[in-house]
Amino acid sequence: MSTAETFLDSSELVLNMGPQHPSTHGVLRVILKLDGEKVIGTECVIGYLHRGVEKIGENRTYVMFAPYVDRMDYISAVSNGLGYCLAVEQLGGYVAPPRAQTVRVILTELNRIASHLLWLGTHALDVGAITPLFYTMREREEVLKIFENYCGARLTTHAFRIGGLQYELYDGFEDQVRVFCERMLTKLDEYEELLTGNRIWVNRLTGVGIINAADCKRYGVTGPLMRAAGVAADLRKLQPYSGYEQYDFDIPTRVNGDSFDRYVIRMEEIRQSVRILRQAVERIPTGPVMAKVAKVLKPAIGEAYVSVEAPKGELGYFIVSDGSLHPYRMRVRPPSFLNLQALTEMCKGALVADVVAIIGTLDIVLGEVDR
Amino acid sequence: MPEEPKPAGPPTQMASTLWEGDLPTTVKAAFGERLLESACYVNQNFFVVQADAVIPLIEFLKREVDFDFLVDLTAVDYPKRAERFELVYILYSYSRNERIRVKTSIADGVVPATATTVHTTANWLEREVFDMFGIRFAGHPEMKRILLPEEWVGHPLRKEYGITQMDNNWVKENLGIESGQ
Repeated sequence: MSTAETFLDSSELVLNMGPQHPSTHGVLRVILKLDGEKVIGTECVIGYLHRGVEKIGENRTYVMFAPYVDRMDYISAVSNGLGYCLAVEQLGGYVAPPRAQTVRVILTELNRIASHLLWLGTHALDVGAITPLFYTMREREEVLKIFENYCGARLTTHAFRIGGLQYELYDGFEDQVRVFCERMLTKLDEYEELLTGNRIWVNRLTGVGIINAADCKRYGVTGPLMRAAGVAADLRKLQPYSGYEQYDFDIPTRVNGDSFDRYVIRMEEIRQSVRILRQAVERIPTGPVMAKVAKVLKPAIGEAYVSVEAPKGELGYFIVSDGSLHPYRMRVRPPSFLNLQALTEMCKGALVADVVAIIGTLDIVLGEVDR
Repeated sequence: MPEEPKPAGPPTQMASTLWEGDLPTTVKAAFGERLLESACYVNQNFFVVQADAVIPLIEFLKREVDFDFLVDLTAVDYPKRAERFELVYILYSYSRNERIRVKTSIADGVVPATATTVHTTANWLEREVFDMFGIRFAGHPEMKRILLPEEWVGHPLRKEYGITQMDNNWVKENLGIESGQ
């Protein structure tokens, strides 16, 4: 066999994907180095949505900053709010009353379902299946209606307050959640019928974008990606917060760590969220929804790192207080940012068409990557 | 004769308590004087070490105690201190289900060693610290900005950087407008 280079195999092609590309769900630019169809190198260019959230945090009071966190991962604003409230509560020594904790769990799990549904619809669209988008949007609408009824907003909800909740539940909340749970399970079976056994879907995703457990740890990857690689890591179980230890639910894991496994994990997580919802909605304690929190919130000098299991992975807040009205430092540990870092590893040797599927199953939100 | 207890007011520094246990003892035995403090605040444990001991400590914790996951790496700016930047490394161990922090202080202009040799995660995190604070890391494979444009002048999370401040020249040149405000 001749080893002489021909003009065909000697050149590498550099392809620019984004920042305006439909599959990146925002403004992500990926520079791909290609050898024919094969990806031999990737570089992410991010920051197009950078708004300086951490700097804003240093210039707002603790209470004023709360709505800003909704605008990072705007798909799961409730989880963002929960993490922020828990972090400030830890720093200030407050505990939300049991009623507030249970309602927080219900809204957070509803948001997890909404986030996974939006992911499923848009990801299916990316890889060529249009129908699931309409289905998932329909079910997600039910969740958004519950949010709208509860706090008036659908997306950037600002549902929680430091120390509990601002609003009491509305009449019929429990019933609406019960109806949604029932409906969600039947609809999930419908999705699975459409996709899980679908040969095109399975072949499109199996073996694409593999990342193993060791690489997940090396790259700081968390959330469904890590569980798809076989690590049963979920902060709701490992370090329970907001009363998650009271609920009976499982952490689904898979072994291959490819795109198909990530799909299966997210579907299963919706089922587990429904399980939590069904338990929580039957045992909402009575009592106040707000702890006694100082009107002028000034946590003592100190620092705390608190994280929650957001739909995308570990979302953490590291807050330093200097005893004044404003946080001295407001650091956000965004799951999407660190998950995206592993893209280079996952794309090694993949085909150029698979990059879209890999970015899709990463489930990143650029608002959170860039902050 | 014991002094009169002072009336309780807000503390003027972090009211941390001593962190006692096997882990601080092990680390103390290995690092001696280079370990400045092992403390606990709101049930969260942290080590404070000399700047040159950070990377060896993180490696030690990874190798000997199984703290195999770097959760986050960030900095805090204290302009009035002689060593103005505090670097914070948040570590997690899946086998122990435990989270700790490692902290150190460095002066402006000092180039600390990179943590990418121990945890690949540190790559983007250190780039962000450089972008926001202007701290360069020695031995980092790709020490450049990550969120702001490469030509941007200034590091926004430094305390002297104003909330409405921006690199007006960059904005004029690239966006064709007078100001983003």
